[in-house]
Amino acid sequence: MSYNAALTDLIIKMADDELIQGHRNSEWTGLGPVMEEDIAFSSMAQDKIGHAWALYRILHENLEGKDPDTFAFHRPEKDFKCSHLVEMPNEEYGFSLMRHFLFDHAEAIRYESLLDSSFEPFRILSKKVKGELKYHTLHANAWITQLSQAGEDSYQRMQAALNNTVALAAGIFEASPEYEDTLVTERVYPGEAILYQRWLDRIYPILVKASLNLPDPKTITPAYGGRQGIHTPYLQPLLKEMGEVFNLDAEASW
Amino acid sequence: MYGGGYIFDEPNKKQLREEEQHDEPEKLAAFEERIARGEKIESGDWMPAEYRRQLIRLIEQHAHSEVIGALPEGTWITRAPGFKRKLALIAKVQDEIGHGQLLYNAAETLGKSREAMINDLLSGKSKYSNVFNYPAETWADVAVIGFLIDAAAIVNQVANAKGSYGPYCRALERICYEESFHLKQGHDAFIELATGTLAQREMLQDALNRWWQPIMHFFGPPDKVSSHSEKLMQWKVKMASNDDMRNQFLDAYVPKIWELGLTLPDPALRKNEATGRWEYTDPDWDEFFRVINGGGPCNAERLQVRKWAEEHGRWVRQALMQPAERKAFPVA
Repeated sequence: MSYNAALTDLIIKMADDELIQGHRNSEWTGLGPVMEEDIAFSSMAQDKIGHAWALYRILHENLEGKDPDTFAFHRPEKDFKCSHLVEMPNEEYGFSLMRHFLFDHAEAIRYESLLDSSFEPFRILSKKVKGELKYHTLHANAWITQLSQAGEDSYQRMQAALNNTVALAAGIFEASPEYEDTLVTERVYPGEAILYQRWLDRIYPILVKASLNLPDPKTITPAYGGRQGIHTPYLQPLLKEMGEVFNLDAEASW
Repeated sequence: MYGGGYIFDEPNKKQLREEEQHDEPEKLAAFEERIARGEKIESGDWMPAEYRRQLIRLIEQHAHSEVIGALPEGTWITRAPGFKRKLALIAKVQDEIGHGQLLYNAAETLGKSREAMINDLLSGKSKYSNVFNYPAETWADVAVIGFLIDAAAIVNQVANAKGSYGPYCRALERICYEESFHLKQGHDAFIELATGTLAQREMLQDALNRWWQPIMHFFGPPDKVSSHSEKLMQWKVKMASNDDMRNQFLDAYVPKIWELGLTLPDPALRKNEATGRWEYTDPDWDEFFRVINGGGPCNAERLQVRKWAEEHGRWVRQALMQPAERKAFPVA
């Protein structure tokens, strides 16, 4: 029972992150700095939202969860477990790009760790997702490197974006104290502390190549709270917008 | 997807230079013979200046229509009800941007840069399909646009794909292929509402009533007043008359709408079985020209959104132009 509860908690955390990050990516459709970026962010939005859908289906099919549409579009804010990073509004492309870089590497590392999970649906999903994330991270790395080496203005923007997002991104790795031991002992995944370290190891050389200065991890205070249902003021309006049509009649078929 | 049948006249078209007004008769004759034989003209080939000018205008307006056309539906991506609709809508709107990209590339082969075209869009010099100057007020509008505006655009684009300019035709072939999927997703969303709850049906009927006039406008003014010359038809720049395309659209889609028990806001709409032509009340053409000239409900809003994207993305585009400039790694 507590195993199922722990698994459910992890899946909701992962799925909510994907859904909200996908939502934010999709907001760039039609507004990108160049058409090619418009198209790229739309593609990644589809992949993220697709991952969320797959995870909610796992919940529905294996762990007595609600059907994915109802669960995603008709759930109160306090029951969401996404991290604060994905909740933040886009505002500027530099911010969205840096968030995409930090989020996608975290996601890639998480799914890599699930390739030999004891939970079979994770093993199947992570095999599929791996191929997509390869391109997402390649895209992020290429842009981060290019824009950080294209003059002072662009460099300053990228460094400021990194400074503004790194603590938020560290919040992705907020463990749920009541479930973490079970998940690690049952070999569902290696645990948040290990994933956090792997993530730092992964992004550091890319940031060095881009000449960006990663703040000393010891000085970072991760933005925790999202995993416990405590959110930024930006999530509620996003959820209201996302469910605007669906909740006109949640019983109807749309 | 969104190229309308109508090529708008641009307000400040340049007077052709003296020598361009008189194409060399022998070259012109050979060019026209090639077109008559069904050959495609390619970008390096000799072509009359007027042919080049009209094609740039046509393809550029088509490209702008794709990019601006992404906006009314794009605002519903974040509100689309359920995973299936959400994913389909993102993919669909993304395709439209991709079509814009293909078309800008095709127009560039005629000598006008993407940047110049976008500048002309933002300054109001270059037009786009009028239909996107109307608001998408409810989710049902997304279904009506996805089904009927895409269907109307397909009628026009299938015709244009048989035109004489190779790069445009090849872009259109790919576009039409994707459009047929758009039409399916629009039709699916449309049927879902048409066969849904009373509130869903009412929402759809309301959207249909509001969109009917813009749809009738879509193919442009009636042939009897349309100023486009026979020359464009002879050169296979324009492939079908406005009235013929409108008739083809009505013939294919009005029965589908009526079958679902929905109505259209024109009591005179009927097919004359004797002539095979559809009869209808002429839509308000003064309104059509008012909207072209900036007086539609959303003209200002659409351009403002594009201007936002241009201004906020400028530093990125400028950065892309910079030769990679290695910065010293700051000492931590």
